[in-house]
Amino acid sequence: MEFRDYYALSQLYTEYALAIDSGNWDDWPEFFIDECIYRLQPRENYERGFPLATLAFESKAMLKDRVYGVRETLFHDPYYQRHVVSAPAVRKWQKDRIESEANYAVFRTKLSEPSIVYNVGRYIDVVVRTSEGLKFASRECIYDTEMIPNSIIYPI
Amino acid sequence: MSDEQPIFPEELTWERPDSSRIPFMVYTDEELHKKELERFFYRNHWNYVGLEAEIPNAGDFKRTVVGERSVIMVRDDDGSINVIENVCAHRGMRFCRARHGNRPDFVCPYHQWSYSRKGDLQGVPFRRGVKRDGKVEGGMPKDFKPADHNLTKLKVATRGGVVFASFDHDVESLEDYIGPKILAYFDRIFDGRELTILGYNRQRIPGNWKLMQENIKDPYHPGLLHTWFVTFGLWRADNKSEMKIDDHGRHAAMISTRGAAGKAGEVTDVSSFKDGMTLHDPRLVDIVPEDWWNGPTAVMTTIFPNVILQQQVNSVSTRHIQPRGHGEFDFVWTHFGFADDSADMTRRRLRQANLFGPAGFVSADDGEVIEFSQESFDSNPSHRTLVELGGREVGDTDHMVTETLIRGMYRYWRKVMEV
Ligand code: FES
Ligand SMILES: [Fe+2]
Repeated sequence: MEFRDYYALSQLYTEYALAIDSGNWDDWPEFFIDECIYRLQPRENYERGFPLATLAFESKAMLKDRVYGVRETLFHDPYYQRHVVSAPAVRKWQKDRIESEANYAVFRTKLSEPSIVYNVGRYIDVVVRTSEGLKFASRECIYDTEMIPNSIIYPI
Repeated sequence: MSDEQPIFPEELTWERPDSSRIPFMVYTDEELHKKELERFFYRNHWNYVGLEAEIPNAGDFKRTVVGERSVIMVRDDDGSINVIENVCAHRGMRFCRARHGNRPDFVCPYHQWSYSRKGDLQGVPFRRGVKRDGKVEGGMPKDFKPADHNLTKLKVATRGGVVFASFDHDVESLEDYIGPKILAYFDRIFDGRELTILGYNRQRIPGNWKLMQENIKDPYHPGLLHTWFVTFGLWRADNKSEMKIDDHGRHAAMISTRGAAGKAGEVTDVSSFKDGMTLHDPRLVDIVPEDWWNGPTAVMTTIFPNVILQQQVNSVSTRHIQPRGHGEFDFVWTHFGFADDSADMTRRRLRQANLFGPAGFVSADDGEVIEFSQESFDSNPSHRTLVELGGREVGDTDHMVTETLIRGMYRYWRKVMEV
């Protein structure tokens, strides 16, 4: 793997985090290919082999449906979120396909409230090369913070 | 509110003799909370603890709670289920730290007292002292009897694969407790079929535990708060629906049926009633009617005090309410399916699970409204809520424009709490 490729991968991780922290929810599905997997799953289910996820989407179209829900239908307390993501570890490298993972921590800040540790976990990813650069074919967010502080509205 | 009424009242006062106006104080007072634990969670009532399918093999256990007391639900050698309190009989340590697992017995690490799967004390290190130079040093008193120092054992009842427990061994039978009317809806889901566990979701909601019972006894809000339901045509105010309540007023079922019989296509119709909005990926509501529904497309059953049984189209779960003081509770979702589900049906249940849970399209907002209600209650407990939709009385209805189920719960609450 050349530095150029690792740089592109690392850029993808960083841009993803910045995008979902920006509040421009429409940017989120664009990090994925059409036939994609996105899962937000408690570590307990992951490790015990239970298939249930807190959110499980199977296409970019479903991610767009989530965005619609976040913006138009889900009543919630407004909050900021801030992702801190580790440098990705590459597990498998092929010409147009990368398996990689990284640790993440998300802080939540409600208006006029202190910031709290909201959701911490690990991304387990499959990244593919497309004509528009690297995209996620699969992103699993396996979180340690199994006791969710009330709700999760925005994408992790 | 009269001028004399203090913001922080010492006594609970009701505006009316009925239960149509609920003092905020029922959600804010720590003494009332303790009394609730005594009267609803530790005495005279059954509490949900789990599903048999969570502990299929001898020695399998799950740590959970009844009220605020830690308990262990464990499968015994003969296949029966025991529920024992997670408090060591020696010096009281909450010894079991794993949330689930398989054990031949339970050992408290502090001084290694060991207990069988029934909770019987089996071993006490140095019980007979230590021999040195022909002399016995220490040990338990001569009259120490292990049988007097077992773990606290709860009474257990199972039905259709669901496990309930009670600290009160004189509690009535589970069937009498639930009552025939609501038992019919219980049995509709849990008719003896083998269950398969799909997994868990957990959330901590900063609100009084009763607010979650109310939420699922409140057919007024789904079409208004959960606009996703309405937007994608899954919910209409003219859906055929019924509210059923048991004789005590404590348990209830909200039953609704979408679309006319024989028009299954209508159930899966994802077109919007708002701006022609459609889902980008209609698989999110890929609903396929199942025989066992026997008509209704959704039945939400509340078993007082601590569990909600969910059937929302193809998604089925139990939701366990676990209080933590007056102002907070944990809400644990166990999604399941049936052993004879096809792979497609399992996928469908999992997909529809996106609607529910702490991030769900039509559930995340329930936790939010509970939190914001509690905020008001805590800041001014002298005020009261209003639950007068559909009148002030309590009873079954054949429509959803009513808060009768909430009134029923507080009628029962007032009686048991003697306030
Ligand atoms: S406290 Fe459990 S053995 Fe001593
Ligand atoms: Fe709701």
